[in-house]
Amino acid sequence: MAKVPVQFTLNGSEKAEFIESGTTLLNALRDKIGDTSPKGGCHQGTCGACSVIIDGELRLSCLTLAETCNGADIKTTAGLAEGGVLHPLQRAFLDAFATQCGFCTPGMITAAKVLLDRTPNPSREDVVEALSGNICRCTGYEPIIQAVLTAARANSQNAA
Amino acid sequence: MAIRRGRGVAAINYPTGMNLGGDPTQALVHSTPTGNFMVTLSSVDLGQGMKQIMAQICAETIGVPTDRVVVDTADTDTGPHCMGTFASRGTHRAGNAVIQAAKEARQVMLEVAAEELEVNASDLDTDGQGNIQVKGAPQKSISIFDVALSAHFKRGRSISGRGMFLIPRSYPEKETGAMKPSTCYAHACTVAEVEVDDETGEVTVLTVKNVFEIGRALNPKMVEQQLVGGSWMGISHALYETTEPYYPNRDHGGTDFNQYLMPGPGDLAETEIIVLERPSADGPFGAKGPGEMCANPQIPAVANAVFDAVGVRIDTLPITPERILRALKAQAAG
Ligand code: FES
Ligand code: FES
Repeated sequence: MAKVPVQFTLNGSEKAEFIESGTTLLNALRDKIGDTSPKGGCHQGTCGACSVIIDGELRLSCLTLAETCNGADIKTTAGLAEGGVLHPLQRAFLDAFATQCGFCTPGMITAAKVLLDRTPNPSREDVVEALSGNICRCTGYEPIIQAVLTAARANSQNAA
Repeated sequence: MAIRRGRGVAAINYPTGMNLGGDPTQALVHSTPTGNFMVTLSSVDLGQGMKQIMAQICAETIGVPTDRVVVDTADTDTGPHCMGTFASRGTHRAGNAVIQAAKEARQVMLEVAAEELEVNASDLDTDGQGNIQVKGAPQKSISIFDVALSAHFKRGRSISGRGMFLIPRSYPEKETGAMKPSTCYAHACTVAEVEVDDETGEVTVLTVKNVFEIGRALNPKMVEQQLVGGSWMGISHALYETTEPYYPNRDHGGTDFNQYLMPGPGDLAETEIIVLERPSADGPFGAKGPGEMCANPQIPAVANAVFDAVGVRIDTLPITPERILRALKAQAAG
């Protein structure tokens, strides 16, 4: 199959690759570019493990063709920490034991990041709604909900 | 037609591991030249925290901080044999093997330290901080770092140990059929409260209250995490999960994740967890297997609560609205 060029920004740095037409963004990120933080759970848009942020919007990278991302600004969990300092969401997930096998975690954190960017002080219902596209097999969700609420509180305290 | 409330209770015994044809796990422990310790296993960490628990067990046995231990579970071709990570056996079987291996390694470590300090090995103890000292005279001490260097470069000793834990096969007694399928049981009791809509057959779990008796919680936060997630999974099994959702004919069944139902973050019951610790006789530091056990008692508890609410016994899982409505119809028909 013909190769097509793609060029986008990933976590702040320019990426350019030749990929086979029809490659999903998930596969391009993981296999070509080497960012394995988005996970392939179902590859059909039902689990949320592959969630990434494209131009500020929450997207499923398994349902997004890489070639449609030319010029896009893409963010993944791998780009959240600054230097050695974890993002408040990552810190809160660790502290709340909101991850067990960890497979859902990057998708959960990505979904939560988009929520907190828009709604810095979310209600529990807001958090549940934001995470409702993400499946977790291990935690029973409650520790994840608590972690997101804790991160939101930490954010607003820092802002105050 | 009404929303009816019910409450159900269930209690379970759950074996730690299974009988198999004999159930062995082996472990190897050795020190690096700088006095860190490697645990080599074939037991797999599939997210339940095996590596963390084995590091704790090894560290506790040798007498070093947990961050001085590295656990390698890389390869079943090259690692010491393990039957596998299943049946809640990991902590119990591998943990016992690690204790044995770590004891042997500790003994060599103390012998090397004794030669360096010119005392008897039996007079030495670890301080838990990375040093070995003479009992009653802690000023006479040597770091484990220096002991490992000495072992490697001066004394030609391998600070290492082998561990083997075997639950032998249990054969049924000819006369009675009695056998010992497991040496160690965890226990749990759950009370579930539900609402059943007798028009739609829908079940809402309002609360689940669980008590788990798990031997010893070697890492209490990880145990709690396991139990909270397990309680959720029990409800998921009780009410949702099947590859053939809701239809009598297999052809109508689900074919992929799209059609496999699990409760999401919006369907959570109010959940309570209480942990009881009754150390087991043959577990590592008294541990039992809390893994699979914790996702079981919710299922009969929910089934009993449904019976309490609407008077029908659903004995096929999951307890779907369709099954409840069919049972209610049969009940009405007498
Ligand atoms: S892998 Fe994309 S939603 Fe599951
Ligand atoms: S932590 Fe395992 S799937 Fe969420």
